[in-house]
Amino acid sequence: MSSRPRDTILAGIRAALKRPTDPEDISTDAVDDRLRSRAAQVVPAIARGTRSELVNRFIANAETAGAAVTRTAPDGMADAVVAVLGESAVSGRVAVAADPRLDSVEASDRLTVERRGTPSGDDVIAVGHAMAGLAETGTLLMASGPDSPSSLNVLSDTHVIVVRTSDIVGGLEDGWDRLRQSCPDGMLPRTVHLITGPSRTGDIEQTIQIGAHGPRQLHVILLDDDADVGGI
Amino acid sequence: MHVSSRQFKDNARKAVTDDNLRQSLATMKTGFRARRGEAVAALPEFEALREAGRAMKNHTLENLDHYLERFEAKVIESGGHVHWAPDAEAARRAVLGICRAHGAKLVTKGKSMVTEEIELNAFLEKNDIESVETDLGEYIIQLRQEQPSHIIAPAIHVRKSEVADLFREHHAGLPADRPLDEPRALLDEARAVLRERFLSADVGITGANMLVAETGSTVIVTNEGNGDLTQLLPRVHVVVTSIDKVVPTLEDAATVLRLLARSATGQPMATYTTLATGPRREGDPDGPAHFHVVLVDNGRSALLDSPYREVLRCIRCAACINHCPIYGAVGGHAYGSVYPGPIGSVLTPALSSLEDAGSLPNASTLCGRCEAVCPMKIPLPRMLRQWREEEVHRSLTPESARRIMTAWSFAARHPGVYRLGTSLAGRALRFLGGRRGSLRRVPLAGEWTRVRDLPAPEPGEPFMARYKRKKKP
Repeated sequence: MSSRPRDTILAGIRAALKRPTDPEDISTDAVDDRLRSRAAQVVPAIARGTRSELVNRFIANAETAGAAVTRTAPDGMADAVVAVLGESAVSGRVAVAADPRLDSVEASDRLTVERRGTPSGDDVIAVGHAMAGLAETGTLLMASGPDSPSSLNVLSDTHVIVVRTSDIVGGLEDGWDRLRQSCPDGMLPRTVHLITGPSRTGDIEQTIQIGAHGPRQLHVILLDDDADVGGI
Repeated sequence: MHVSSRQFKDNARKAVTDDNLRQSLATMKTGFRARRGEAVAALPEFEALREAGRAMKNHTLENLDHYLERFEAKVIESGGHVHWAPDAEAARRAVLGICRAHGAKLVTKGKSMVTEEIELNAFLEKNDIESVETDLGEYIIQLRQEQPSHIIAPAIHVRKSEVADLFREHHAGLPADRPLDEPRALLDEARAVLRERFLSADVGITGANMLVAETGSTVIVTNEGNGDLTQLLPRVHVVVTSIDKVVPTLEDAATVLRLLARSATGQPMATYTTLATGPRREGDPDGPAHFHVVLVDNGRSALLDSPYREVLRCIRCAACINHCPIYGAVGGHAYGSVYPGPIGSVLTPALSSLEDAGSLPNASTLCGRCEAVCPMKIPLPRMLRQWREEEVHRSLTPESARRIMTAWSFAARHPGVYRLGTSLAGRALRFLGGRRGSLRRVPLAGEWTRVRDLPAPEPGEPFMARYKRKKKP
């Protein structure tokens, strides 16, 4: 790879911005400050509230976006997954992320798990665990990692995402904070998905069709593990 | 970038009598425009976000060299590669080089306006690499061998019956009598056909809505999920994007995300917002093993030192297009550029030439709706006027038009001449109008009077005389 095109572009930008010719005279303080401070800009009121307000808003917004939300106690997770899948729990091909928090799903005798980990193109049901849920828009934050394949989020027909009330946060900024806490070396996971409802398209005569290339259905299983939020 | 904007007038004339196109464009009002209106009304902070977006992007452009360097360093740190492409040819070569290095035969593509701008598909095909568009709208227009007619709804000009005919023609091996009357059936068929391509592609190419300097991430914002299948399943992910897409931090990306989907489709958040940082990590069960970013300039850096710098704030939401009365009347293809509508009329002369695209800045009523809805507050009408001025200064407008403007400008600067002129013209029009009180034909305004009569001015005291009289105590 030649470095010349890079120099051409950067020199063009510097000339257009009328930068001093001596690099010593160029200050990057404003850039350094912005990258260091990571200051939140305008945070809308819908991204703020008490814990229980945020959880309720998360549910309402996820449903508006077309997701079906089931709220249950943590030990009811496997039953809730079986319930939302209905008959396809046994007949469908189910792929479950390797995340140990999902072990009880595999242990259930009312559900046939095809594999743990990366789905094949034929697995029609995928079960994963979210890092966080954003109340602002009813969005699920999924981060790739050894226990969390990212293709699980888009390859299936039916996507089941488990999220805990203790992981429901206000807005995007709170989501970024969670993400940064999860990677102390400062390098984000390879793929971070913010998922809001099932896939859709309006490309044929602006008629919204749910279920485009990604999942046709999105089920959210919300586990009540946060005493501050209060029960169902 | 291939531009055929010189034919704008002919194209527009054909477009306004095309019934299919009329019906397709009519969906914009109930679709994009109504939904945007609702989404904006539901967020009290929208105006503050626009202001924050504008300020953030101005700061970024003022420091564009630094932010691009920071972004590049982060991509490399996370195991990816950055290719700098000063022009379209360099960008195409960079992509081809990556494909060749991996022995690629089949490429899947997410939606990307920059790859349309550099005409990547045709180039790859010429070099024996099959390149398949996977966004439903892009897939439709690729089969029709057309340019997109809208930057977020590329096939907005196509009726569903035409899509059905197209699929029957191209999807061999399916029952000829299968029902394809409903959008659902068309979508399911495209999903099944493309699924097989996703799983067998060697390289996946996407664009980027943003580049985050803080983390070295590329961000795509989509609804269909095709962009994710494109970047996650093949061994190689190539992001083809332009230098103006960089933002400083994730917090700054949040500002754009809050503006983008609301302005585009009226969604508070698109279905998938995907951050891609480098290739798959050790221990990751999936994701691409190789990650490349191609940073395209293609005329953008020169805009930094021009009256059009602010157009680089654009986040490609298409709100200006959806609200433009001219676009609504003629559709995207009439513009003869991959970027239609108000944003295209400012961008196209900058990325090609004013000689080739001069009719576009004139294809506007300057009604101001585009600026009013622009989430990044880009002064599009001001820039359209600026291009028109440049056209006159560079003598690119017709001689007759320039003469009329010169006479007009002289009259406007000399009130006596102006008043004498209007008084004479008024009398002449009254005379020509005769007893009917209207004119069937007016010199120099043949197009205007072709479909309507011009009412002659009423006799009586001219405005200026009345104004003067009233002003006196």
